[in-house]
Amino acid sequence: MTAPTRALAPATSGQLATFRLDGDLYGIEVEHVQEVLRSQQLTRVPLAPTAVAGLINLRGQVVTAIELRERLGRPARPEGTDPVVIVVRLHGEAVSMLVDSIADVVDVDASDFEAPPDTLEGQARELIRGAYKLDGKLLLALDVQKALSA
Amino acid sequence: MDGLDDIVEEFLVESHENLDQLDSDLVALEQDPNSRERLSSIFRTIHTIKGTSGFLAFNRLEEVTHVGENMLSRLRDGELALTPTRTSVLLQMVDTVRSLLTSIEASGGEGSVDVSAVVAAISAAMEDTPAAPVAEPAPAAQAPAAAKAPAKRAAKAPAAATAKAPAKAAAAKAPAKAPAKRASRAKAAPAPVAEELSDVLQDELQTDLPAEPLTPAPTVEEHPVPEPAATDHPEAEATTDAAGGQARRAVADSTIRVDVDLLDELMLLVGELVLTRNQIVQNVARQTDTDLIRASQRLNLIASELQEGVMKTRMQPIDHIWSKLPRVVRDLGLALKKSIRLEMEGRETELDKTLLEAVKDPLTHLVRNSVDHGIETPEDRKKAGKPTEGVLTLRARHESGQVVVEVADDGAGIDPAKLGAKAVQRGLLTADALSRMSPADILQLIFLPGFSTAAAVTNVSGRGVGMDVVKTNIESIGGTIEVESDPGVGTVCRLRIPLTLAIVPALTVECASDRYAIPQISLQELVSLDAEKAANAVEEVGGAPVYRLRGELLPLVRLTDVLGLTSERHDGHVVIAVLRSEGRRFGLVVDRVINTEEIVVKAVGGQLKQIGLYSGATVLGDGTVALILDVQALARRALRTETADRQEARAGVLQAAAVETDRQRMLLAAIGGGRRVAIPLDTVTRLEQVRTESVEKVGNREVVQYRGAILPMVRLDRHLGAYGESDREVLEVIVYADHGRSVAIVVEEILDIVDGEAAVRSDIDDMGLLGSAVLGDKVTELLDVRAAILAADPAFYSSPTPTTPSGVPTALLEV
Repeated sequence: MTAPTRALAPATSGQLATFRLDGDLYGIEVEHVQEVLRSQQLTRVPLAPTAVAGLINLRGQVVTAIELRERLGRPARPEGTDPVVIVVRLHGEAVSMLVDSIADVVDVDASDFEAPPDTLEGQARELIRGAYKLDGKLLLALDVQKALSA
Repeated sequence: MDGLDDIVEEFLVESHENLDQLDSDLVALEQDPNSRERLSSIFRTIHTIKGTSGFLAFNRLEEVTHVGENMLSRLRDGELALTPTRTSVLLQMVDTVRSLLTSIEASGGEGSVDVSAVVAAISAAMEDTPAAPVAEPAPAAQAPAAAKAPAKRAAKAPAAATAKAPAKAAAAKAPAKAPAKRASRAKAAPAPVAEELSDVLQDELQTDLPAEPLTPAPTVEEHPVPEPAATDHPEAEATTDAAGGQARRAVADSTIRVDVDLLDELMLLVGELVLTRNQIVQNVARQTDTDLIRASQRLNLIASELQEGVMKTRMQPIDHIWSKLPRVVRDLGLALKKSIRLEMEGRETELDKTLLEAVKDPLTHLVRNSVDHGIETPEDRKKAGKPTEGVLTLRARHESGQVVVEVADDGAGIDPAKLGAKAVQRGLLTADALSRMSPADILQLIFLPGFSTAAAVTNVSGRGVGMDVVKTNIESIGGTIEVESDPGVGTVCRLRIPLTLAIVPALTVECASDRYAIPQISLQELVSLDAEKAANAVEEVGGAPVYRLRGELLPLVRLTDVLGLTSERHDGHVVIAVLRSEGRRFGLVVDRVINTEEIVVKAVGGQLKQIGLYSGATVLGDGTVALILDVQALARRALRTETADRQEARAGVLQAAAVETDRQRMLLAAIGGGRRVAIPLDTVTRLEQVRTESVEKVGNREVVQYRGAILPMVRLDRHLGAYGESDREVLEVIVYADHGRSVAIVVEEILDIVDGEAAVRSDIDDMGLLGSAVLGDKVTELLDVRAAILAADPAFYSSPTPTTPSGVPTALLEV
């Protein structure tokens, strides 16, 4: 289920599950993704790190939800828009992240990959491995392990 | 298995498993005679059986396995080569072992199974000239018979025939009797008639065990060694063997080994099922479709039974860990030259396997401690006027959803004074702090890290590690430990362990519109104050909110403050959950109490564990996730140690009262005019408050309606001739219930609960009093409860007819 993460290898070919967040397109290795859910009832966790949006009930299993906007230092999601929950399986444990909307599964080629520009700063630099140059847009490769170990 | 003790039963199950393995190993070995590995494995199996049989005094079994082991060890070491003859005798040995086991299982003894033939055969096979496998004519002739399949099939018919004959003829023979009994018990044979039985046996023989009777029969006949019981032997063998098929099902096949992980998985799934069931039942309750309702009721029932069943699979009697203790006590007793009798009560008390494992070491430690430090040497015991033989008692029982395990000894006990002095000497606390502690509280010092009371360090215990580790271990599984001791009389260590870890009873509360679960084990009582009362009752000590709980200051912690939230309760009501953690008591202020329910504990992710306030999360009946509060962490975070110390010292007084059963706990109450009375706490069922306007008159007696019944009242101030304020709005009432009747005793104020023994009594008497005593530095009158009750209800003791609902809960009382 959990393929050994080659997340640290700068360029990988393969399939990325993509999603949108604050206008950008992100991708994570498709093998990490367990399932995608519409908005869920969240139980907030007082005193938790700000990126922890709460806990969701995934068929009786309690799963932590990470607000990816917060992790990437983006502004909060506008009022009235429901996040989409991507459930990811890391080291046998299910964790989930909240994104704006889900997009396609994309085949990427290592030759299209480029490291993040030096101007990328802050938390985001830690979490974005680089970008795949697709036709007309950039697909940002998210380091899912780091992003979810808030 | 009646009549067999657990060790034998376990031995049988294990040996049967091993033997099945052995059969295939031996056959495989014949194909590959040089496999050291296989030989070693066979050797180990036989060695194990030999060892255990020696231990259990099954001499013939030991004899057979012993020669077998000899041969195997020589085969393993390469001194002998494996020939078909040797394989055969080994297989024959396996069969004999099986017969013996069958007999043991059926009758508890080795029966009449003859082993001399096999022993002789094995010995003879060992004497064969090594490295000359096909040299001797007899074994050579026999070899194909044992090894080749066609020969086996051919031999089946005669074997079955022999089985039928002796079973008919020798119904009275011991080996046949045993299987008859077994067979009828196993419900395979309708009646234990020999003829019918023989048919069953024959079937068994042909279907289940075709090869087994083969090897002994031809081998014995063909073997050059003279065989005295040659004619009888195969018959007996065949019958027992055939019956073995049935008997084995009784022990080996009636139990299966299941991976604990699988059980855990099942437990999880059942937990989910129960939650889903709750959701469905809640939804269906709003429907009108009767079929659906009926189905949901069935689902409800089945899910509950399933939950119970799965929980049961994980339950084991505590005897599993106790059974090792007699040996520990005996050995230790011998080493220390003490004579100790171990008594066990409630050994069938069951608890979850995981918990059982977790309790094993702490329990062993406590037992060793009792033997080493608790029970005195025979000389000392004689001097103290006790029997020289010390008694160590283990008790286990279920009590309100928990398992209580006690380790009690009738030894020297722990002297609080010595203990306290030691603690001061070690710098664990100051003399001043010690002076404020109650004896019972001092006893709990033995759980401090690095504390040992042993005068001499022995290799058994007394190295200063132990009790704190025991405490930590017990607490890590959600249990508690307490110790009580009477110097000169003995010590009792009491463990309280939850039945299971996976499902715990919890109180669900609401705070800032979120729900949280608080494990019941730390909950002591609930206090609800309306706005008017709360305004006065919640006071402040230097800015820290406190509540006077029966005269004692209870520090209050607002859950909203701890969690950094804002309360959404604005009507001034205060709901306090009185919690206890590590000897500290505090009140957790929540917005409201929802209910109590059984919750399934789920682990939370690493990010949330680090917060250190939540021990997990759970899914509530309606599907929402609720966090489970970690009461210990909450206490540590919210209470400064200083207040906690004071708290502990005060709580110790109460605890002492609760713990010492022979001392009497007293409820102190003011009755006006500065007079105080003490009422034995065991005559108090409940404390209530009654509004004055609800008091009505029946004749010249005052009564009050209480829980749907009429409660006669006695005003203690009038009864005892004191002058209390009579114009109070709310009356403090002590309810006493017995045999379904209740009375209410009205006092001015409930002051405290104290330990009666510390008091100095005098017999200055007055009407309605038993005497007076100094309790809490003040002269206090001891109430003659009987007289007071009779004043309220003259018929109280005479008539057993229930007038009030029985089972009035005592939740309000601190225990």
